[in-house]
Amino acid sequence: MSLPAGTLPQVLFDRYRTSPEQTAVVLRLNKGESTLTVRQLVDGALGYAARLRQAGVVPGEVVIALLPPGAELLHAFLGAMFLGAVPSILPFLTEKLDPQRYRESLDSLISVTRPAALIAEPNLADMLRTQLAHAGEVKAMLAGGAPGLQLRPVDTATLEGLRGSPDSLALLQHSSGTTGLQKGVALSHRAILRQLAAYAPALGLTPSDIIVSWLPLYHDMGLIAGFLMPVLTGAKLVLLSPFEWARAPWTLLRAVSEHGGTLAWLPNFAYNFCATRIPDRELNGLDLSSWRAVINCSEPMVAESHRLFASRLRPFGLRETALATCYAMAENVFAVTQGGIDRPVRLDRVDRELLVKEGRAVPAGGADRRTTEVVSAGEPLANCEVLVLSPDGSPLPNRQIGELALRSDCMLTGYFNRPDATASALRDGWYLTGDLGYLAEGEVFITGRKKDLMIVGGKNIYPQDIEYLINQVPGVHPGRVVVFGLFNESMGTEEPAAVVEVDPAARVEANRLGLAIREAVATGSEVTLGPLKLVDERWLVKTSSGKIARGANREKLLSELGREA
Amino acid sequence: MGTTEERLRAYLAANCLHMPPDEIPLDQPLLSTGLVDSFHLVELAIFIETELGVRIDDTELNSGTFDTLAQLTVLVEQRQS
Repeated sequence: MSLPAGTLPQVLFDRYRTSPEQTAVVLRLNKGESTLTVRQLVDGALGYAARLRQAGVVPGEVVIALLPPGAELLHAFLGAMFLGAVPSILPFLTEKLDPQRYRESLDSLISVTRPAALIAEPNLADMLRTQLAHAGEVKAMLAGGAPGLQLRPVDTATLEGLRGSPDSLALLQHSSGTTGLQKGVALSHRAILRQLAAYAPALGLTPSDIIVSWLPLYHDMGLIAGFLMPVLTGAKLVLLSPFEWARAPWTLLRAVSEHGGTLAWLPNFAYNFCATRIPDRELNGLDLSSWRAVINCSEPMVAESHRLFASRLRPFGLRETALATCYAMAENVFAVTQGGIDRPVRLDRVDRELLVKEGRAVPAGGADRRTTEVVSAGEPLANCEVLVLSPDGSPLPNRQIGELALRSDCMLTGYFNRPDATASALRDGWYLTGDLGYLAEGEVFITGRKKDLMIVGGKNIYPQDIEYLINQVPGVHPGRVVVFGLFNESMGTEEPAAVVEVDPAARVEANRLGLAIREAVATGSEVTLGPLKLVDERWLVKTSSGKIARGANREKLLSELGREA
Repeated sequence: MGTTEERLRAYLAANCLHMPPDEIPLDQPLLSTGLVDSFHLVELAIFIETELGVRIDDTELNSGTFDTLAQLTVLVEQRQS
């Protein structure tokens, strides 16, 4: 499949001219189904372009969409792009989130990103207009999804997004985070089209593919694989809501079965979730034989999760070769590697002790306690180079573990308004990923992480953000909190764990304090706290300079729980 | 065995809240606070169906149907009878 050069709106507008009545997106929301043709998708986007222009937004300015999954979100996002503005999708305010924390996080983002407009559902837009500290600095707070909204057509000849340079910014991709300064990955049209030009052949993607996705669009995997790639290449997208999928994981499988879905991307935990949380009655009659690749991506991949998923779904037609893997990051638009297309995913069985103690992946026979299985992420895409670096920055030979460094022709332009962060992430054109792994026989194997980051159900979460939330809880000794990720085998993902020093003067009853801490984390972040240990002033391990040592405290808690590090 | 409330209490304590069952306040909001998250909810529904013989549809897994242990107990007992 060849992709034209230019801007993303140009590519989409070509589809609009040549095949307007093709189905672009099937929305399966609220137990119903509706279809957007290419014409409907683009017309809605052009309406938003007009609306944003009327609100005073000009090309190059940032537009933040805070809408729930649905047609409106797609129109608003693409509309900003047609105008030549730079859209970014962020989570909307859900019931469980604390509105005050949500506003804090948005305010912190606005202070860095300086958006010209925010688009949210009417109630949220009203609340933000009056209560956001930085509301005065935003030109327009638009209500999306208001009934009876009439959008006037726009003269497409005047739209910067259809005339602009391929090197101008197409969009921002934000990772979550409240403490410190937010980082928005800024991507150009050229980078995104080059990613698709490299990724499509690695997948064997054709316009007859049908991509089924429940992934949120504020995440790179959802935004690129589960929205822009199909819409720009002509593959049909069947889009589900992450909220509905979490309560009814079989909706993904039903959509694959009913639409003849061929591709889907899932974080590792979703394999366990689908395998263990779907009652038999919801699987009856499903036919998954059209599914040619179920791609594990965005958190550490576990061989056992693949086995659970395959054995549960094989009776419903899941192909043996359907399981696939991918290593991806927003800084590279999305995919860096792809493995397991039309062939089994490679598992590397290596000696556990040499892996852990010496950082060497030495092949070992037998599946016993002394070996460990590392799942291959596949080969780098044709436009990507991956190196493994030692701590002093020199390249390491095959099967030696070090930090993965990446170079490609589809990398980020920079972190938006963050020259400091951009400079420290890139070294001589190489992006230091913070991930640890090794290369063997041309394939990439990920074994761990250098940075503190936790990946919880595919979401990147910084422990500092969770510590910040816990520090605010009355009864906690402020500053005496440490958070880290612990792998939960049955869930197939990391859970955030916390060790919290209790302030003896506060006299808060321990179980009440535990609930208050859990509630603060749940309402202030995208995750739920796993293990929590309340301790007195003697427990926490500190460095000689009095800093709380994350790694040492993690090991201490693991040994108390009787687990290996 | 125990009463419906005790069994729900034990389940929530072990699987969602990681605290002694007796300490969960009956009126503690669980869903609207995210203490029981959406991924917990599917599992809770399976537990209730297999162990307590009551079906809760996925469309009902929200705080409009139940938010506290007290409300959940009433819901399950109503459907058991």
